[in-house]
Amino acid sequence: MTLLGQDLGLTPRKGFFTDTTVCIGCKACEVACKEWNAVPADSSGLTANSFDNTGELSANTWRHVAFVEQNTDEGFRWLMSSDVCKHCTEAACLDVCPTGALFRTEFDTVVVQQDVCNGCGYCVSACPYGVIAQREDDGRVFKCTLCYDRIGAGQTPACAKACPTESIQFGDLDELRERATARVEALHATGETKARLYGADPDDGVGGNGAFFLLLDEPEVYGLPPNPKVTTRDLPAMWKRAGLAALGLLAAAVVSTLGGRR
Amino acid sequence: MTRTRERAMVPQADFRSYYGRPILKEPTWHALDIAGYLFTGGLAGGASLLGAAADASGRPALARVARYGATGGLSLSLVGLIHDLGRPERFVNMLRVVKPTSPMNLGSWLLAAYGPLAGAAAAGELAASAGVLPGAARSLARVAGLGAAGLGAGVATYTAVLVADTAAPAWHDAYEDLPILFAGSAAAAAGGLGLVGAPVDQALPASVFAVTGAAAELAASHRIEHAPRLSSEAYRTGRAGVLMKAARIATVAGAIGAATVARRGRTGATLSGAALLAGSALARFGVFAAGRQSTRDPKYVIVPQHQANER
Repeated sequence: MTLLGQDLGLTPRKGFFTDTTVCIGCKACEVACKEWNAVPADSSGLTANSFDNTGELSANTWRHVAFVEQNTDEGFRWLMSSDVCKHCTEAACLDVCPTGALFRTEFDTVVVQQDVCNGCGYCVSACPYGVIAQREDDGRVFKCTLCYDRIGAGQTPACAKACPTESIQFGDLDELRERATARVEALHATGETKARLYGADPDDGVGGNGAFFLLLDEPEVYGLPPNPKVTTRDLPAMWKRAGLAALGLLAAAVVSTLGGRR
Repeated sequence: MTRTRERAMVPQADFRSYYGRPILKEPTWHALDIAGYLFTGGLAGGASLLGAAADASGRPALARVARYGATGGLSLSLVGLIHDLGRPERFVNMLRVVKPTSPMNLGSWLLAAYGPLAGAAAAGELAASAGVLPGAARSLARVAGLGAAGLGAGVATYTAVLVADTAAPAWHDAYEDLPILFAGSAAAAAGGLGLVGAPVDQALPASVFAVTGAAAELAASHRIEHAPRLSSEAYRTGRAGVLMKAARIATVAGAIGAATVARRGRTGATLSGAALLAGSALARFGVFAAGRQSTRDPKYVIVPQHQANER
């Protein structure tokens, strides 16, 4: 946990490491998440996109298992990956939230306070991953809380608890990153040269993710943005341009008084 | 007509995606509420500036029209902003915190300060016309109107930061030029309102303001539509393309009218003013539609980000 940029050293940052190489596409994470968090059903019907009938992360889907079918030199393969809110270090949703409904917890996760959210939708447009969304019949926005209630009580989040292959691993982020780096090295040693981490780099466009992934192909193949950036970083430049435009507008108003009266 | 040129600026790149699905969520904002607000908020801010300019240069009828227009524009803005919320009854939560990282929060505070000043300026004009304490009423209109004009410049331009601080590629990529477009559009709309509502012999500041604004709006939209980046395509195609084109036609016609026939007679002034108002509104709806389009097609996210990774 940090305060005014100082690490207080109270609670280590918590996160998910989702190792997609061992995902078997059982969707137990989706079900466990719905059950624990009482998330309403999504009725997307049959999408005809392999075994993915969930489609995407949304207000009513906080874990989404993607199914990619590929024909490679070694034959057909499935890529399966359980997607989730990234709990960004620099979270655009949290930055732009005008009410303070979105906040950073003591575990450095990002959570919506449902009693504060007024459904303005700014976070929905700000999220570079398309994660947070509005529940239409409710008006407010919803997303993964990294099971704030469970981890506060020392429990494992529902999805990680239900995952039968430990594809979803929950823990202290530092430790997860070390584990993930070792796993990538092991995969490279076995010839899986395309194995890579996604969201583990603290120097990326969002300062790294609290929930990061091990992928076997490029991020866009899994429906992830290849190089997302938090737009808040450009806010000073944006305000500078707006200030210039406002000064121009004032100048135009002054100029408009100069003409003689007729 | 310009296909070859467009292709040269942004090479068509092959890209992979997850079943062609969008990566970003579409904005939850409704066009009538939020694109409507971009227009009415700009109109209000611009009209407050025009009102102060008209007052300072001794054109009371133009000042009155502008100040009524500012309050009308602001009222419509608030209706749109509150109606668009998923939980409208919680609109006041916008003022629960002061949050510099949220343009919407700062904008809410700006409106909270601007609204009463614009309202007081209009109330002063109303009282003066009705003969209620005319001296005091005029002073109120002048003082509150000056405050509203100062803040109005912010009201008319902060909305560019509001939409640019999102992941929508067409909005964020255009952050350098959107404030100029919005400021120009606000001046064109306010000038148009002055031409429609004020007597022709007092409308000169409205003409000057409108023509200056129209020139800025046209220059900025041209830059945005033809910038060498993939997302500029979102401004030239689909619904956004149609709206931006219609905006250009209306704004050019209105500006030419404002510089010529508007000075000579009532009909010319009214038609020029209406064209300027329409052009400003169309540009706001066009920008809004472009941002939305750029969230629907994953190429606007994947292609530039993938290229950045390759570098």
